[in-house]
Amino acid sequence: MEIKRLVCVECPVGCEIEVAIENGAIQSIKGNSCPRGYKYAQEEVIAPKRIVTTTVRAENGKLVPVKTSGGVLKDEIFAVMEKINAVRVKTPVLVGQTLVKEIAEGVDLVATATIG
Amino acid sequence: MYDVIVVGGGVIGGLILRELTKYNLRVCLVEKANDVCMGQSKANSGIVHAGYDAKTGTQKAKFNLLGNRMMEKVAQELGVKYSNIGSLVVAFSEEECSALQTLKERGEKNGVSGLRILDREELHRMEENISSEAVAALYAPTGGIVCPYSLTVAAVGNAMDNGADLHLLFEVEKIEKTENGLTVSAKDGRALQGKTLVNCAGIKSGEIAAMVGDEINVNGRKGEYILLDRESGGFVKHTLFFAPTEKGKGILISPTVDGNVLLGPTAEEVDDGNTETSGAGIETVMEKARKMCKNVPFFNTITSFAGTRAYAAEHDFILRESERTEGVFHCAGIESPGLTAAPAIAEHVVKNLLSTRLKLEKNKNFSPYRKADYFFKDLSREEKNELIKKDPSYGKIVCRCEGITEGEIRRAVRENPPALDTDAVKRRTRAGMGRCQGGFCQSQVMEIIAQERGVALEEVTKKGKNSYIIRGRTK
Amino acid sequence: MKNSYEIVVIGGGPAGLAAAIAAYDNGAKSVLVLEREEGLGGILNQCIHNGFGLARFKESLSGPEYAERFIAELKKREIEVLTGTTVLSVSPEKTVVALNAENGEFSVQAKAVILAMGCRERSKGALNIAGTRPAGLFSAGAAQKFVNIKGYMPGQKVVILGSGDIGLIMARRMTLEGAKVLAVFDIMPYSSGLKRNVVQCLEDFGIPLYLNHTIVKIEGEERVSAIVAAEVDENRKPIAGTEKRFECDTVLFSVGLIPENELSKSAGVPLSPLTKGAIVYQNRETLVSGVFACGNVLQVHDLVDFVSEEAEIAGKAAAEYVRFGESEKEPIDCVNGGGVSYVLPQKIDKRAQGKIKLFFRVRERAENCSIVVRCGEEEIARRKKRVVAPGEMETFILTEEQIKKAVKEITVSLEK
Repeated sequence: MEIKRLVCVECPVGCEIEVAIENGAIQSIKGNSCPRGYKYAQEEVIAPKRIVTTTVRAENGKLVPVKTSGGVLKDEIFAVMEKINAVRVKTPVLVGQTLVKEIAEGVDLVATATIG
Repeated sequence: MYDVIVVGGGVIGGLILRELTKYNLRVCLVEKANDVCMGQSKANSGIVHAGYDAKTGTQKAKFNLLGNRMMEKVAQELGVKYSNIGSLVVAFSEEECSALQTLKERGEKNGVSGLRILDREELHRMEENISSEAVAALYAPTGGIVCPYSLTVAAVGNAMDNGADLHLLFEVEKIEKTENGLTVSAKDGRALQGKTLVNCAGIKSGEIAAMVGDEINVNGRKGEYILLDRESGGFVKHTLFFAPTEKGKGILISPTVDGNVLLGPTAEEVDDGNTETSGAGIETVMEKARKMCKNVPFFNTITSFAGTRAYAAEHDFILRESERTEGVFHCAGIESPGLTAAPAIAEHVVKNLLSTRLKLEKNKNFSPYRKADYFFKDLSREEKNELIKKDPSYGKIVCRCEGITEGEIRRAVRENPPALDTDAVKRRTRAGMGRCQGGFCQSQVMEIIAQERGVALEEVTKKGKNSYIIRGRTK
Repeated sequence: MKNSYEIVVIGGGPAGLAAAIAAYDNGAKSVLVLEREEGLGGILNQCIHNGFGLARFKESLSGPEYAERFIAELKKREIEVLTGTTVLSVSPEKTVVALNAENGEFSVQAKAVILAMGCRERSKGALNIAGTRPAGLFSAGAAQKFVNIKGYMPGQKVVILGSGDIGLIMARRMTLEGAKVLAVFDIMPYSSGLKRNVVQCLEDFGIPLYLNHTIVKIEGEERVSAIVAAEVDENRKPIAGTEKRFECDTVLFSVGLIPENELSKSAGVPLSPLTKGAIVYQNRETLVSGVFACGNVLQVHDLVDFVSEEAEIAGKAAAEYVRFGESEKEPIDCVNGGGVSYVLPQKIDKRAQGKIKLFFRVRERAENCSIVVRCGEEEIARRKKRVVAPGEMETFILTEEQIKKAVKEITVSLEK
């Protein structure tokens, strides 16, 4: 049995989680203090994902802060960043507005501020 | 063809340039950096010395005294902050007390007025934070402080307002004698013609002298300083010196005209214009400051910096015409009290030296005044609102630590000599000089410079040449 | 704009926004928010990463999203806002002098003032690092503004001094934008940032964290060309012989935050040497009657959620102050004991109603310890903690009953 130790990144508490794995299957998850942590640990040992936050340029040169609507596979972050950097949007942009559908598998690119 | 080419944009070069514009002459100043005041005039103690230090009969003694008497008027004409706070040379032992006596006698011989020895009680009454070990002091009421970079910038600006030219990033490589004068060439290929030349190149004045066949030995001595926040203003009321001992002079602790407290300098021999700070140097300053005063508020440190003082082997000012090349004059080895002496040196160089090669004819249009370099925050509400009505950019604070408005920064970029980089803006307006050291306002200052000069933001530098601040746009 | 307001809030960042809303909702009839930037939201606008609002909204928001929620709430109320307006001074009589391009310099009279100016970064200058003073040295926050707001890259080869949250966040941000972050140094034996940030900002990208290290020298005349880092001993002094040189074009400094209290001083507000912010009662009233303080100007928080919570306490109290006038107080002191570096509030009014949340930080990292609250010699509360660290603010709730019973000063300490 293999034990993987993780620090949960879901919230500022930073729980230290232990995941026991045998033959590629999770046997137990210990140390999390909420269901989000449990889900994080499950994902983290198999296919770690991160929400990407960055900016895109508006056509008028301004910056629009954005995030992915869900986690992006950690290994694909730089590929996604390249796609995001190529995006140009028209202002005004509203907070919560989807700027690009499916920027990565299953996740959209969403504006996180209203930019006039 | 210029009548005079001044080499070096320090306080000596700046004040000589200004002095020259009092006459009908075509003059210019060449400076190797992106702004004037980039050498030792930028990083020194800013002290207007009373004049008891220099050996009687030396050039230093003579020009110190004359300069001290001229400084208030020059500062006032140029709108530069000057304050006649007086200085104290502090003794910590009987032996040092006798050194005070020697200094007093020398000062009197040099012509310094008002010198007085204070006893322990009076000293402690005048400086409440002085170390309890301090036993006596020599009080010089004519000692003062001035802002060295404002003085230099204002002198050059006033000269430009009166018709002088300024050539920046002009690093002199060659000086050749021609039929009617001299050709001065820069490393980048630019060349200027002049009838005469004044060498005020500070640490580089030996190199300039060598270009015309003279040998002047100029060495550098590095001094490190610590600057405390205005919050510690009033910690000392006068400029405090240690009494000179065989071990050297020690450091000074002084208020600055802007209300900060300055501690330093150390003294370390260096070959070139090296202005790196060192851990050991800063330690030395702290150690000596603790000897001078109780509870030095080091927690209010804003920054530490170093400057190089150029000195000549003979430790006196060298003010003379070249032995080899007629029409070239050297001002070299201008170490302390050079800042104090500067106005007197400038007058001397023009009236007594250059006059032997040029006809001096009064410039009737000369104005000695530069619009006082006011700080917005020092104005009355009526004055502020008047200004804002005319130019709303005065209604926007950019540097929150020092309370500097956008209008002041725009003015610094526009007026003579124009501030072309963020350090130049800082020296003129104090934006970025406060406790956050530009953390908040740097990007805004850059934007203002970029707008005013019509360049891209990426082209704005900290101090010219390759000192770019940002590297291109994201995405 | 009027000449007088019931409440003037200085600062339109997270603290000011929440305070203004709470003041209005608790009955203040005229509230003015003064903000020096052109828009509301304060530093949140440049904090485009997520992780804000988990405590408050049970959602992981980015900084601008968190701010927008409060700005939207503010706009629903009759609260006046002046942006582009810098406050120059506040008098103890609560006359606020401010400056903007439209109105020039002007004064407004307040019945109560809420100080919500936030904090600033400690500058590199204060560190006395040896070497040159070239371009390419930035506070982490200044770099963040360049990248996230202005859209410019400070440089391409980066080292970072200080592993506080801003330093960590910027390590990731610079990396995502294509820069190479060579190293993050911290003079302490631990990161002062949140653990999650060490994981997702450094470990995710393989950026090395050098603990017990500091920068001892900066090289480069015009632009920074290299730094020298060294290991430090237990007194935080560099150990000779451990120097390592890193060629880089950019150095970011994330070396602490300092409450920005220049205006508090002009109002005569006494400050705590421990927090560098005002000394306050549990309702965030300072020792100057009718002047309140909240958010990072009072104590540097790790989480904006706590800033909002604290600001609401101040906003409500300011509204009550306007309605009922100065309250008579029966104060007891609240101080830090062993292992704790400060406790806030520093004063508790025994007549106060309801629970009181104490905020504090520990001096050093410790495991399996207890937080103990005493009143004089007597222990009144205790809580076990698995891990505590200076980088993570701790809280402790005292009940009304415990406070009413208190006769002597309350001490919070950490015990093994």
